[in-house]
Amino acid sequence: MVVRLFMRQFQHNLIRQLKRYSKRAALKGERLESQWETVIGLEIHAQISAKSKLFSGSGTTFASPINSMVSFFDASLPGTLPVLNRRCVEAGILTALALQCRLNLVSMFDRKHYFYADLPAGYQITQQRCPLAKDGHVEYLAPDEDHRKLVLKRARLTQLQLEQDSGKSLHDVEMSHSLIDLNRAGIGLMEIITEPEFCSAVEAASFVRELQLILQVIGVCDGKMEEGSLRVDASVSVRRPSEPLGIRSEIKNLNSIRHLMRSIEFETLRQISILESGGQVLNETRAYDVETGETVSMRDKERLHDYRFMAEPNLPPLRLYTNDTVPNGVPSDQIINVDELRAMLPELPNAKRERLKKQYGLSVEHSNVFVNEPTLLECFEKIVANQNLQNVKIASNICINEVLAAVNKKNIAFSASNLSAESVGELVELVQDEVISLLTLRKILEVLLQDSSKLPKQVIEERGWHQVSNETALENICCQVIAANPKVVDDYRDGKTKVFNYLIGEVQKKLSGQSNVKAVVRIMKQKLDT
Amino acid sequence: MDVPGILTRSVDDAVVILNALAGHDPKDSTTVFEPFKPCALPDVASIKGLKIGIPQEYHAPGLSSDMKDSWQHVADIVENAGATVKRVSLPHTALSIVCYHVLCACEVASNMARYDGLEYGHRAKDESSTESLYAASRHEAFNNVVRGRILAGNYFLLKQNYDRYYVQAQRVRRLISQDFWNTFRSGIDILLTPTVLGDAPSYRWFSKADNRTRTQEQDVFTQPANMAGIPAISLPVALSSNGLPLGLQLLGQPFKEQQLLTAAKAIEQLVNFRALDFDKLLYCD
Repeated sequence: MVVRLFMRQFQHNLIRQLKRYSKRAALKGERLESQWETVIGLEIHAQISAKSKLFSGSGTTFASPINSMVSFFDASLPGTLPVLNRRCVEAGILTALALQCRLNLVSMFDRKHYFYADLPAGYQITQQRCPLAKDGHVEYLAPDEDHRKLVLKRARLTQLQLEQDSGKSLHDVEMSHSLIDLNRAGIGLMEIITEPEFCSAVEAASFVRELQLILQVIGVCDGKMEEGSLRVDASVSVRRPSEPLGIRSEIKNLNSIRHLMRSIEFETLRQISILESGGQVLNETRAYDVETGETVSMRDKERLHDYRFMAEPNLPPLRLYTNDTVPNGVPSDQIINVDELRAMLPELPNAKRERLKKQYGLSVEHSNVFVNEPTLLECFEKIVANQNLQNVKIASNICINEVLAAVNKKNIAFSASNLSAESVGELVELVQDEVISLLTLRKILEVLLQDSSKLPKQVIEERGWHQVSNETALENICCQVIAANPKVVDDYRDGKTKVFNYLIGEVQKKLSGQSNVKAVVRIMKQKLDT
Repeated sequence: MDVPGILTRSVDDAVVILNALAGHDPKDSTTVFEPFKPCALPDVASIKGLKIGIPQEYHAPGLSSDMKDSWQHVADIVENAGATVKRVSLPHTALSIVCYHVLCACEVASNMARYDGLEYGHRAKDESSTESLYAASRHEAFNNVVRGRILAGNYFLLKQNYDRYYVQAQRVRRLISQDFWNTFRSGIDILLTPTVLGDAPSYRWFSKADNRTRTQEQDVFTQPANMAGIPAISLPVALSSNGLPLGLQLLGQPFKEQQLLTAAKAIEQLVNFRALDFDKLLYCD
């Protein structure tokens, strides 16, 4: 499901672009793809879900009226001082633990200086020298080289740090105006930096999807890229195999997985074409233009910045404690205990996938879908609990291939569909007992999605959609079909076995799709082979 | 180093203000959590039994003879009143002002980065670009002393200079701190030094050199306390031959303001400094 989603979304463009470049390569008589390796590293900025900002008490509600969530500190009024938000620190620790990082029990804050209208203080408070956590890794599923299966990959992380978000600016070039909204200025961010280990856009996108899921599951970030809660910068370079790393460019502020993939793909091809024609790739910052699907140079930021990092003098070092090291005599609201937070971590997505695979014998793909669809999983687990485990495969197939597919087609989430576990459970039962065919199931789902107050059995009764399993009735229909299609029957007996499906289809037509397919196949085969 | 200073006409008044200011401030992350015990000074303060240190390195170049005499005079007075006076050494004193200049400039450059005229303060008319607006606003509204410090601070904070200037200054700062710690640990309670080189200089004299030179000369006595993070108080003790006040500085141990201010009050009472006759002074040169 996930594989198909990715592939459908970007394969079209990829093929078009690769064709363009491959044509050139083909003229040289070589295959482009085997000549170049792509190296991708990511910097993810995740907004911490908290009631107030990282260092001030302003609110953080998305889409608030312009400049309504700005305290004196956020506006950098002289004399204001930062006070660290405990919830943000806890969120950072939970994330570091979930990502298998090594926590620095003592970490420091620094000022990163640059002038920009959306940065009122002229510096951002971040953690450059000694961040909250280092190293770490994430296991995630990505399509293998043939894009057929999902395989487990591991991405290593460099570090995780807490820092302030900047405000938002809108540049009106015509009026020579810049409009600044400081609502976002000072909101807590976790910056997660990966090692440059991704080999393709799909890999990078799969990783981001997994990270998004983890952050949502542990409740530290809502991961809504379209709202700016999660932003990704991608560093991209290319090289010939076994050569040292090439010069990289950085694509900034990608706010959807689709943009991430397309921009990386474009940038890879752009760099390859530069290098193939003997040019040099510039170490520069680029932006992704959604309209053209290309990356463009951000000329303003081309000049190298010296950020003049300096220790933040108004904040003491951040100290974390474990059960062994909690000091006496310090008020408990000043203590952050890592062990207590670790105990609060819920089941992480990858652990959940493994558990589902073991517990229900699900495939990698199915367990992955369920991890991405928590309400559907809940429904599935309820159904399996009520009935015996024989149904697991049927149940998961129906949940994913039928129910999920149906709601996706209607562009609604499963949780919004009002389909109950009871309904779906009934459908599973009906299919298992061969009372209805899959075709009928789909028809019933259509009805249920419009009117969820009914149960499947009700719908069958009301519309007379019982599956015909009566042997005699089926035999009669089969005979009718055979009599009506002598040429096809001859073709089949001559060895063209494919036409068998046509005959089955004819039976289905006569019974409006309500026949027990297994029985029909058996009977038809019997009749034809005699 | 951006901290409040208390200016009053008596030690008792300084205590009133300190008691109002001190203690944990939830909006200031650098204040300590321990509850503050307000200072309470006796009506008649005694200096008996205190060990007073006289740091030899504070005989700085340019120290006026008036100031030297006052310093000696007060040392004698307190000895007679029952304190023990001892010569001590704070070997890194001479480095302190340089260390301070580097760190102060860095802090100024950083803290002043917020003055862009957008949210508050002076905004220039040049709106051809954000950069030119910033540059014009800041150039017009900062005088050359501030601009000089900002430029210096930014220079020290450049990646290639950071270790040689900023980090090195922090290392020296630790040495200065250690000088005080060692002295206090060896049994000294309070240090007694001049506050500045002499009495208040005239504007004419002061302007003969640039601001940086003058501050380098005059700040030698007072900024080590900033470097070490210890409490200090300056009080007038005598008049110079020009009829202007001369002040001496007392440096105390961290969180021992009660002891420091008691000593200050005792000296205040011992020297019995009279209020100035302004009419006489106004016609001075």
